[in-house]
Amino acid sequence: MNWSTLPSTVRWTIAGIFALLVVASIVVRTIQRAKPDANLGELAARVRSWWVMVIVFVIAMVLSRTISLVFFAFVSFLALKEYFSNTPVRLADRRPLFWAYLAIPLQYYWIGIEWYGLFIIFIPVYCFLAIPIRMLVIGQTDGYLRAAAAIHWGLMICVFCLSHAAFLLILRPADDATTLAGPGLVLFLVVLTQLNDVAQYIWGKSLGKHRIVPRVSPGKTWEGFLGGAVTTTALACFLGPVLTPMTIAQSAIAGALIAVVGFFGDINLSALKRDVGIKDSGSLLPGHGGILDRVDSLTYTAPIFFHYVYYLFHWQTFGTTGG
Amino acid sequence: MHHPLRYLFFNAFARPLLLILIGLNVRRRHLLPSRGPALLIANHNSHLDTLMLMLLFSSTTRRRVRPVAAADYFLKNRVLAWFATRIIGILPIDRANIGRTGSDGQRMDPLLVVTEALDREEIVILFPEGTRGEPEHLGKFQSGVAHIVRKRPDVPVTPVFIHGLGKALPRGEALLVPFFCDAFVGEPIYWTGDRTSFMNKVHDCITTLAGEANRPTW
Repeated sequence: MNWSTLPSTVRWTIAGIFALLVVASIVVRTIQRAKPDANLGELAARVRSWWVMVIVFVIAMVLSRTISLVFFAFVSFLALKEYFSNTPVRLADRRPLFWAYLAIPLQYYWIGIEWYGLFIIFIPVYCFLAIPIRMLVIGQTDGYLRAAAAIHWGLMICVFCLSHAAFLLILRPADDATTLAGPGLVLFLVVLTQLNDVAQYIWGKSLGKHRIVPRVSPGKTWEGFLGGAVTTTALACFLGPVLTPMTIAQSAIAGALIAVVGFFGDINLSALKRDVGIKDSGSLLPGHGGILDRVDSLTYTAPIFFHYVYYLFHWQTFGTTGG
Repeated sequence: MHHPLRYLFFNAFARPLLLILIGLNVRRRHLLPSRGPALLIANHNSHLDTLMLMLLFSSTTRRRVRPVAAADYFLKNRVLAWFATRIIGILPIDRANIGRTGSDGQRMDPLLVVTEALDREEIVILFPEGTRGEPEHLGKFQSGVAHIVRKRPDVPVTPVFIHGLGKALPRGEALLVPFFCDAFVGEPIYWTGDRTSFMNKVHDCITTLAGEANRPTW
């Protein structure tokens, strides 16, 4: 797939995202000019990082299928590296961790050869069994369960869950294998997941009073959550029929699903950060924190949205030996 | 030094390795010296420490950056010696000479090469722990650095605390495992007038910088 073969709706949506970024930049610039004392450094950095992320994402999506998969694999790699860097691990775990990293190219290779059966069990079954074997060979039993569980948790969140967005990309309808449904579906998922974060943040900042989970994420309020959910569902009703094979009703459910599970993906990683005692998972994206801070919601929305559309439509049967 | 190969090594190999595979988080890079003579001191956990500290400088400044390294380790065979002196540009120190008396009856000064390099206006990287030590464990800083600065009291000493490379490639391991790494640069320290107070100041600076790291150790 490249820019010229992308459905025109996908191209228009990408143009729309850039328009949104231009608006965001102008708004920040205007406020800075009107109120020079207002400390907008963080917001400005955040918008700048959005520009970089959107440009990299769009380039990765339009160049070629292989580049898109490598891009997703690289996001998984950065996320897993951030996770391992922030989680207490033992010196004895270095080789098991190395094995865990090796799961990334394999997992995305299964997607590349369209081997659904292995894609869906490779990490939950084979990695789950294989990495403890590597640990057993080393034989350090102090903290064994903690280390085995922590490694697998990271693999599930950063590799298995995120890789569903990549599998979405290669989906082809069963009755028409030449149609590229993937780019529209990925765009729908990623745009709604990220806008849901932004909408929840804005609603929460303007109306937020009643905290949902004060002990995990004090900034999250019912007002932000519900406002975000309504906004995301409304946007889904508009984007769904344009970008994906879904009807308006199916799109509304998809939007609501993304809003609700995205919220849990977000606070799931908030709880992890609180447990290990950090505020941001890294410093890769100025204004946002690390890569895990940006893809936290996606770790939940990607698999849930994938299985929703996988259930809704008939897709090309993905063979047991690839191809 | 072999400048074209050195340039290639740092930009085509070390940079992608440190910046993409491992990932670096640098705080206050602007505090690094932009010209020599200057001393850079850091804690030492991994061979990658040297590469990382050298990468913090621009390609032009890096021409003047010389890491101090043990001669008995890095000059033990010809290939390694070529790589260490021509590509990395180490200042080899003879650890065997520490505390020895030379044939002329004077105490031998293994750190003489450092003062000479400083006099050539070079930026010298020194690991005062002396050895890479236990992975991610901050060892005691040796007072060799005080010995040098006492002789060149105008030279600024910039402390850097490194965290994470000892996990990525600890001593005695050949397998590299990616972890994000931190490099926290501190304000330059100057000679205080006596060894004890200078070493205390160095120690305090490194401890403060180490306190900024919130990543778990082993």
